[in-house]
Amino acid sequence: MQTNYKFPDDLGHFGQFGGRYVSETLIPALLELEKSYIEIKNDKGFQKEVSHYLSEYVGRPTPLYFARSMTEKLGGAKIYLKREDLAHTGAHKINNTIGQGLLAAKMNKKRVIAETGAGQHGVATATVAALLDMECEVYMGLEDTRRQSLNVFRMKLLGANVKGVSSGTQTLKDAMNEAMRDWVTNVRDTFYIIGSVAGPHPYPMMVRDFQSVIGHEAKKQIIKNEGKLPDLLVACVGGGSNAMGLFFPFIQDRDVKKIGVEAAGEGIDTNRHSASISKGRVGVLHGSKTYVLQDENGLVKGAHSIAAGLDYPGVGPEHSFLNDEGLISYTSVNDTEALDAFKYLSEVEGIIPALETSHAVAHVIKIAPKMPKDSVIVICLSGRGDKDILSVNEYFEKDEKMHQ
Amino acid sequence: MRIKSKFNELNEKKKAALVTFITAGDPSLKDTKDIVLKLESSGADIIELGIPFSDPMADGPAIQLASERAIKSGATLTKILKLVKAIRKQTQIPIILFGYYNPFFIYGLDRFAKDAKKAGVDGVLVVDLPPEESYEFKRSLNKENLDLVFLLAPTSTSDRIKLVSKNCSGFIYLVSVTGVTGQRPNMNYSLQPLISEIRKYSDLPIGIGFGVSSSKQAEEISNIADAVIVGSALVRIIEKNGNNIDTVLKEMGDFTKQLSKACYRV
Ligand SMILES: Cc1ncc(COP(=O)(O)O)c(C=O)c1O
Repeated sequence: MQTNYKFPDDLGHFGQFGGRYVSETLIPALLELEKSYIEIKNDKGFQKEVSHYLSEYVGRPTPLYFARSMTEKLGGAKIYLKREDLAHTGAHKINNTIGQGLLAAKMNKKRVIAETGAGQHGVATATVAALLDMECEVYMGLEDTRRQSLNVFRMKLLGANVKGVSSGTQTLKDAMNEAMRDWVTNVRDTFYIIGSVAGPHPYPMMVRDFQSVIGHEAKKQIIKNEGKLPDLLVACVGGGSNAMGLFFPFIQDRDVKKIGVEAAGEGIDTNRHSASISKGRVGVLHGSKTYVLQDENGLVKGAHSIAAGLDYPGVGPEHSFLNDEGLISYTSVNDTEALDAFKYLSEVEGIIPALETSHAVAHVIKIAPKMPKDSVIVICLSGRGDKDILSVNEYFEKDEKMHQ
Repeated sequence: MRIKSKFNELNEKKKAALVTFITAGDPSLKDTKDIVLKLESSGADIIELGIPFSDPMADGPAIQLASERAIKSGATLTKILKLVKAIRKQTQIPIILFGYYNPFFIYGLDRFAKDAKKAGVDGVLVVDLPPEESYEFKRSLNKENLDLVFLLAPTSTSDRIKLVSKNCSGFIYLVSVTGVTGQRPNMNYSLQPLISEIRKYSDLPIGIGFGVSSSKQAEEISNIADAVIVGSALVRIIEKNGNNIDTVLKEMGDFTKQLSKACYRV
């Protein structure tokens, strides 16, 4: 089944979603960025440069690993892991920062800024800045600098200046506000490397395109291994970049089911979760129209998740669109289930996943047993869990005390 | 209509309009009413009421904090419209609501336009709503004859100036610097070329804001533009004096008088 999926439109709209909701000061910069991006997208030289760094520096293609033990234990569908955790810096985020970093260099920008939640995008940006000899400033909520302290140290080692953000909920949302404020102030010489398929046009499209390498590789690999397309793709959704990266190359393949997993935090019916699609309402946040967790007066609510990278009250606009079109399904997994999956994958496969990624794993643990043995699931293993071991340890210790 | 006649009236007096911004509900909605009346009696010509938002991306620290205080005091768009209605009973000063798009969008664009008109609002400025995304809201506002004010910035190209001029009504808000709102002791007045460029495409009054905090700056702007817009410097008075509303009113009054005097062209 092939249909023609052609989004976004010229103004960055995915149906009613997306767009460019920013102050006029930034519009010329976004137009310039869009123009430069479209140029390099069709430029063979640039694409070759990106491919070079992705293979020689990032280590792509990442393996598509058949998780035999997990498959046997769960007793249902065959489970494959797309190993983005093995990419340089330990998560998919580097696919995007290589692309945007090289584009920044092309546009003669000497300074890059980024927002980060889990710190993976911050590390990936700091890495590319070191590689390309650029000044780098990373905004990170103070709450996240605590729970992802290892990544703060990594960014500093890489020469980046990490700016703790004390406003609002002190998490990803506020880091993004602060990065936008920096950008609007220094827009003439600064390139803002957004870390997910969020923000104003052209970011959702551009980040999707840079991350699509995940799905393109996975498609080839699964056909080689299984001789057919997978039945189901599963990925966690914060802003939604690893999910778009895996799903997008399969978007015309309607028989391949796709499930995005949001963070249910302490429960989807509590006030403490990050399930923007499941529980949000259409609104405008950080430059695009999308599903947003908010109150009846249009004030954005604080989100919650044990995974800093999912702890965000919005979601990339294309996900909102794909949800409404019924092309992708979304579900959610809570903190406890994610922690269990974190442990499970570590013990069963010897792979410690990021807490974000653990949400995708948790959902597969739930559904794989109910699927036929000849069906095939691909999980986007978006990142490794080294960054999380300190805070997970704290959780387990607390938990032990509670049960003594 | 109030905005237009105000500019006409001031033109005859050879005065630039003094546009004063405060966040509605900071420190409380009741205080906002007293502050507005005080601003007017001290020489303010147009009032901008900030609609507090949880994520004020375009604002510096002063207005961020004001927004937080206002949200804490319970200010919502619904209550702010009620407040305008109450203020309208006592003054005919033009009132513009200044905010981020989401609260308006969630209120409902048509419903907002109707209620705002009824309350006595004259116009709206939405920081994160460029012309491309504004057509729906503009339709709603047009039906009620409410102005939609747009921003231009030092980064604006001729194409942008053309597009904004075509869609803007009331006046054009020229952002003096690239950056967020907030006081800036040293402003760079190379704005004349930009103003001349805007003049090619629009006859609307041009106001200059973002960073204006002294009479001296107000005086300089008055000689090149039609309106002087002051926000953070006023909001800081509330920040400094907390809940001591008498001191806030006195300091606001004194400062506004100085600014107003500086708006007369020499
Ligand atoms: C390993 C990992 N997975 C997923 C995410 C969530 O981001 P996205 O939804 O854009 O993939 C993050 C964000 O920090 C992350 O570090």
